[in-house]
Amino acid sequence: MQNIPDGLIVIVKRACPTCALIEPILAELANSGLSLTVIAQDTADFDVGSGQQIADADLGWSWRLDCEIVPTLIRRDQGAEVDRTYGWFRDDWERVSGCDSLGSDLPASRPGCGSKTQDPGMAEKLAIRFGAVTFASREVEIGDSEDPIEACYDRGWSDGLPVIPPTPERVYRMLLGTTRKANEVLGLMPPDLVPCTVEKVAINAVMAGCKPEYMPVVLAAIEAALIDEFGMHGLLCTTMFAGPLVLVNGPAAKSIGMNSGVNALGQGNRANASIGRALQLVVRNVGGGRPGEIDRATMGTPGKYTFCFAEAEDSEWEPLSVVRGFEKGQSVVTLFAAEGVQAIVDQKSRTPESLARSFALSLRAVDHYKLVMHGDAMLVVSPEHARLFIEAGWSKTRLLQELETLLTLPGSELVTGAGGITEGMPANMAEANLPKFRPGGLMIVRAGGPAGLFSAVIAGWAASGPTGSTPVSKEVLA
Amino acid sequence: MNAPTVLLDPTAERSPASRSLTARPAGLDGLTVGLLDISKARGNVLLDRLDELLSERGIAVKRYRKPTFARIAPTELKQQIASECDVLVEGLAD
Repeated sequence: MQNIPDGLIVIVKRACPTCALIEPILAELANSGLSLTVIAQDTADFDVGSGQQIADADLGWSWRLDCEIVPTLIRRDQGAEVDRTYGWFRDDWERVSGCDSLGSDLPASRPGCGSKTQDPGMAEKLAIRFGAVTFASREVEIGDSEDPIEACYDRGWSDGLPVIPPTPERVYRMLLGTTRKANEVLGLMPPDLVPCTVEKVAINAVMAGCKPEYMPVVLAAIEAALIDEFGMHGLLCTTMFAGPLVLVNGPAAKSIGMNSGVNALGQGNRANASIGRALQLVVRNVGGGRPGEIDRATMGTPGKYTFCFAEAEDSEWEPLSVVRGFEKGQSVVTLFAAEGVQAIVDQKSRTPESLARSFALSLRAVDHYKLVMHGDAMLVVSPEHARLFIEAGWSKTRLLQELETLLTLPGSELVTGAGGITEGMPANMAEANLPKFRPGGLMIVRAGGPAGLFSAVIAGWAASGPTGSTPVSKEVLA
Repeated sequence: MNAPTVLLDPTAERSPASRSLTARPAGLDGLTVGLLDISKARGNVLLDRLDELLSERGIAVKRYRKPTFARIAPTELKQQIASECDVLVEGLAD
């Protein structure tokens, strides 16, 4: 592309009525003594008198001149811009051009139109086309006859569902969702322990179906998965069921429209669905963790496609993030090595004591009724159930304490052989009273729609705790 | 003609692992064999028997144990094994 000329430059497009309005003065400007260059974004058929007209079909000139509104008038001298104005304001055009009584038969002012460089999606295309954005990731060229979605399947990038093809434009838009640099390394992603950059996360977030505004939550989830205590490597490789569950607390969940209400644990919300999926795709594609290869799950669980929801925070019950030591108002992602959802249907309890007993009984099923201190659990309490506790003055902490008492179980019922079942705790524990969950192994969150006297147990990986996975939290930043 | 569709590679861009295996020793005479228990249930049963069979043949055996099967071996343990053994047998699964 040529150097940008000195003198006057006018950027116009035929589709703009103000550009048509000022067309007669282009010839006047050409006679001003300064050289005139007219850059036409669509049809280069303007009458420019003795001036020069450039057809800017690829918008390279408009992009380099940083044009946002047409018409734009620029004066340049010795290779540098001296002054500019946009739209039609006679005084400004006279100042910039140095011409008097310009367009004396025109109205004094008219606003302009948007430059074609500002068309939806165009800014990203141009930034990539003209080299303002470059990527570290390898470019994979798709053949003319290839369907991009099928191409992603063929290359092994999908979890089994279609992914959004990660074009440079989409990845660039995704990166605009965070202030963090594309080349920032978040850590070493298991199982292959390869450096995981913000750019790789953005590519996988595109494929998962995320919006750019989800990026801070996705990045927090990835960073949480990289915390050693979470044990992502073992969680991925295990023959057991679990996968990472992403729970979001705080204002970020609301601002990106996450679902904490009706069907919160189910399908249908883009943020819930795509954030959990983005984490799984990063583990698969960046970490190299693929089922049947290093992921040896006997059965797995549907949550390994995606398992992400927000807590329905209530002023009466502390959010999980606060229980875990964060301030109210902070946005926090908590990761939990989760298996499936088991319903607790209790429509008859009307006292907190009765309902807590219901919960405790159902929680005993985690892993096996006769196994204790194996898997952690997340108890998801619906609003109708939570209200019963709140009205009786039971805080979340109180409920947790009551459950701990109710879930201290006699070893004699749990040991191997008890109840005619060989599975169970070691025989030498017969005389002890044993807690179902290790300390800190039970978490309570409130979620779900307004109707339904149901809560849910989400069982954790049987290797919960320091030997396997401990829940981890990370603040959502930028 | 349209520009070709370009996608950005979402993977770690590692070529398929094609590292060659370390050459197998012709025999175990004079070598030290490490036996690594990854802490999976009954892994010790397999390794105890191997220990017995190797020791009967006068082959030096050293035993190791990972703290938990759910995590990769600590670097110190890997370094210790590498410095003390010529050959390692690991008891996987249960």
